[in-house]
Amino acid sequence: MALKQLSLILLAGLILSCNNGHHVTKIEGKRIEVNPEIPADSTIEAFIKPYHDHLNKDLDSIISYAPMTYAKTDGELNTAIGNLMADAVYSQCNPIFKKRTGKDIDFVLLNYGGIRSVIPQGNITTRTAYEIMPFENAVVVTELKGAQVQDLLRYLSIAKRAHPISQQLQLTLNERYEVISATLNGNAIVLDKSYFVATNDYLFNGGDKMSFFQQNEGVYPLNYKVRNVLIDYFKKTDTLTSKKDNRFIRVAP
Amino acid sequence: MNRRRFIQQTTATAALAGISGFGLQAFSSSTAKKITILHTNDVHSHIDPFGPNDGRNANKGGVARRATLVEQIRKENPNTLLFDAGDIFQGTPYFNYYGGELEFKLMSMLKYDGATIGNHDFDNGIDGLYGQLPHAKFDFISANYDFSNTVLDTHVRPYKIFFVDGIKIGVFGLGIKLEGLVDKKLYKETVYLDPIETAQEMTTILKTDKSCDLVICLSHLGYHYKNAPNRVSDLILAKATKHIDLIIGGHTHTFLPKPTIEKNSENNNVMVNQVGAYGLYLGRIDFYFSPGRDVSSEGATILV
Repeated sequence: MALKQLSLILLAGLILSCNNGHHVTKIEGKRIEVNPEIPADSTIEAFIKPYHDHLNKDLDSIISYAPMTYAKTDGELNTAIGNLMADAVYSQCNPIFKKRTGKDIDFVLLNYGGIRSVIPQGNITTRTAYEIMPFENAVVVTELKGAQVQDLLRYLSIAKRAHPISQQLQLTLNERYEVISATLNGNAIVLDKSYFVATNDYLFNGGDKMSFFQQNEGVYPLNYKVRNVLIDYFKKTDTLTSKKDNRFIRVAP
Repeated sequence: MNRRRFIQQTTATAALAGISGFGLQAFSSSTAKKITILHTNDVHSHIDPFGPNDGRNANKGGVARRATLVEQIRKENPNTLLFDAGDIFQGTPYFNYYGGELEFKLMSMLKYDGATIGNHDFDNGIDGLYGQLPHAKFDFISANYDFSNTVLDTHVRPYKIFFVDGIKIGVFGLGIKLEGLVDKKLYKETVYLDPIETAQEMTTILKTDKSCDLVICLSHLGYHYKNAPNRVSDLILAKATKHIDLIIGGHTHTFLPKPTIEKNSENNNVMVNQVGAYGLYLGRIDFYFSPGRDVSSEGATILV
């Protein structure tokens, strides 16, 4: 018993002495703004320079031409820039999807919020693609039943935004934003038929509350970044011709 | 110790330091010690300063300026450590072109002492992160990602103990749940462990077994989730654990004007700090130490 007590005291003493090194008497915490008043370290600047110069040379290379400025605010339910992006995803990705699966993409859906910049009138550079699409999201094709496509259309009618859709889809709303007509390549959407919808992985995973992708019949990631889709599309397009059209509209009573 | 007098003293010291430049120690006593912890988070490949047209961030940030700042502070107090709380990668074309090489090389030149891993550090896959490790001369510290069945096995340590001027500083790292945030193809067989349980295990090792004077957590859990207040975050971590002195946070890009003070499970103070994102700010926490056991009832004076 005495021995046990002694060892306990020894143990306690040991723990105390171990924790006894130093103790904090005062703590000061703050943040320091990194602003132009702080001179740049010249060694670091010189180290960055070759990386910076190579990068900017490539980013500033001219790959296409925009005859006008394209902005996502240019239309109520469809815009030239949104149509350009959705149609570019279709034209770049359908050959890949077809080669891998033997099937065609039915249409493309992207999101309004995913257009992060305008395309200014003039030369288009690689940098333009980075500005429109700074994120790493990649294209995925998902198989949806017609019923889920209907949910998708309902989503678009409720969202009242120019979420980009490709030209295969024709969606018309009435003045109360209710769907009055929806066709794919001129055909009505059949509830139990399967459709292949291309989107990006952010939206497929429920981004922008696009929950209709969750009830899918399959998913085919293409490992093709949306930004690279744009870069490749620009490179093969001398001058942009995309226009606002009638693919997604609201009609007056 | 009278708090007001302490603040006045500090102000006077700071003013003096401003006049006489660097190299002035705030404490002249030979037994008192001062450790400075500097930190960044969510720098997201922001190497160059923002341009003049970048809104509220215009002309701010930049690694070369941060280097000057860190060097000045190290001259002022050589007993300084520099950490990052993750999401080093992704956000500018530097990452897309060079895969993180330049980020790691620059952090090595700035003599970072350690970093934890953020979700975006998996953006080129776990192999992409592994491939850049030779460029990092600092340790990756993460305790709640089990990398046993991945290429990162043995390349990431759960904690690291630093001896600085006789002070023992234990640093461990915590990462965010990757499922639903990062494609499984990217993080592969990385196993996520409960951050609170892991923190309890780490603090037992660092405080009880290794008798560290200071315990710091590098966290990429996020500061606080207003719309999901029960989701594990730095504030929840601070309250649910003991023996952590400082949580250096990230992920939520929270620009805290000053550190937050929380009470831990034993009603002791925990400091939580996060400096937003993109290298716009550098966090600075100074710890002043006295030898021996704390005999006061109030604990340390905190000035934020």
